[in-house]
Amino acid sequence: MNAVFFICGFIAIVFVLFISIYLIVSGLPAIREIGLVDFLFGTEWASTASEPSFGILPFILTSIYGTCGAIILGVPVGFMTAVFLAKVASPRLAGIVRPAVDLLAGIPSVVYGLIGMMVLVPAVREAFTLPDGASLFCAIIVLAIMILPSIISVSETALKAVPPEYEEASLALGATHIETVFRVSVPAASSGIAAAVVLGIGRAIGEAMAIMMVAGNVANMPGLFKSVRFLTTAVASEMAYASGLQRQALYSIALVLFVFIMIINVILNTVLKKKEA
Amino acid sequence: MEMKPLSGKRRAYDRILRFLLYFCAALTCALLIFVIGYIFIRGLPHITWEFLSTSPSYINDTIGILPNIVNTVYLVLVTLLITLPLGVGAAVYLTEYAKNQRLVSAIEFATETLTGIPSIIFGLVGMLFFCQLLGLQASLLAGSLTLVIVTIPTIIRTTQESLKTVPQSYREGALGLGAGKWHMIRTVVLPSSIDGIVTGCILAIGRIVGESAALLFTAGMGMSLNNFFASPDNFIHSSGASLTVALYVYARERAEFDVAFAIAAILMLLTLIINLAAKLVGKRLRKKQG
Repeated sequence: MNAVFFICGFIAIVFVLFISIYLIVSGLPAIREIGLVDFLFGTEWASTASEPSFGILPFILTSIYGTCGAIILGVPVGFMTAVFLAKVASPRLAGIVRPAVDLLAGIPSVVYGLIGMMVLVPAVREAFTLPDGASLFCAIIVLAIMILPSIISVSETALKAVPPEYEEASLALGATHIETVFRVSVPAASSGIAAAVVLGIGRAIGEAMAIMMVAGNVANMPGLFKSVRFLTTAVASEMAYASGLQRQALYSIALVLFVFIMIINVILNTVLKKKEA
Repeated sequence: MEMKPLSGKRRAYDRILRFLLYFCAALTCALLIFVIGYIFIRGLPHITWEFLSTSPSYINDTIGILPNIVNTVYLVLVTLLITLPLGVGAAVYLTEYAKNQRLVSAIEFATETLTGIPSIIFGLVGMLFFCQLLGLQASLLAGSLTLVIVTIPTIIRTTQESLKTVPQSYREGALGLGAGKWHMIRTVVLPSSIDGIVTGCILAIGRIVGESAALLFTAGMGMSLNNFFASPDNFIHSSGASLTVALYVYARERAEFDVAFAIAAILMLLTLIINLAAKLVGKRLRKKQG
């Protein structure tokens, strides 16, 4: 029996190594053929042209801009909701809001995509009189909503772990409840809140399906109201019919995405570790 | 001592921040209400018994989602069948067997890493390995195997949490009565942590039902009904779209928005049920922990 459990124990490590090695092995050939600099910093992606060019800078920048936008919109709302849940809401009120947040986390990404596609995209087209509403802007809003639950729950946990003595001391010195929360509790929970933000970045950069339905999916350099393609959607949108170098280039895009995710993972782990220390 | 009233600046600070807190919490709830309300209003009217119980037919020009429901059930069952023993086994190893602390933290790091990997990457690797290298093509089996990798961190983590809550005295008692280690785990440790394992299962089901990017290229987009009892071969070779993938296909490629909303409403109902179930089991678990 010991051997069986031993093998099971290693399964997570095996999976991670397997995925890493597989992505590296299948992602490198195209990068070698195209050239690392041309691949990462080329501004034109024309995979099906007669003289194809494979520059993924538009995708990288779109992913970065999209993620930043989602963080700028999502973090303040998520953070404030977390503070509300942890420090201000009565147990009854929190008992209503918290399940709502959990539910928001459980909604499948295609459902967010559908709503974005049917409500947000037409609304944006009307509001800004664009020929097509599917744009980076829509993607940012959908992403911001999708990362809310993780930001809220991680920040709330961190805020709740602040020792009550800190807050009592602040209250005893004459600070109001709100002053105590924002000047004592929040700084004390800052590493947990930072972890929440990093987690949100990871979620946003890895999301594919919802974005595919609202971002328009054209390989433009990013602009707020332009139809754009993310790293994730670049992989998904051409995979069905790609072949040859084009297909290998898609593996390379996945490898680039994976590198981003691993960097975020390492940051997350060091942020979390620091909290424990 | 005389109480001095708050200065205007401090009072404004207090008021503004308090307003923002309530506003953001209300915004979060409003978003949820909007999403649920909109999906139900647009989707529920299109759910009929015929819609649920038939396959799409080009001849009659009707759309039914029975195949997608069946596919989703298959994906859930087969994935759990594989991921549950592996995940529980890994958790048992981590809490009961492993002595090397560095090894434990390496495994935990790997589990964390798996949680953070986006589904689209799982889908790509699943397609490369299961569909191309192992020759499964786009099939439900390939989809299930990919989902095993997706769900295993959830099972490991929840099982591990609940194994940790089993009192040490239970283990000592069982060992003291002469039980072997495996016997002790089987008869004492695992039964006392069943709630956590069930929670893990529910969360994994939620993940499977909501998953789409990992399935698009592994389980494929097949819309016809596969009878798996007639021939297990179907399971290995025929592609099948889950509810989420079907939603995507109908919304993006066929512009059948009523169908898409109806599927979305079903997915929302499933999400509600799964959330409720997880909450109930979680409550029981917490009660036991005291």
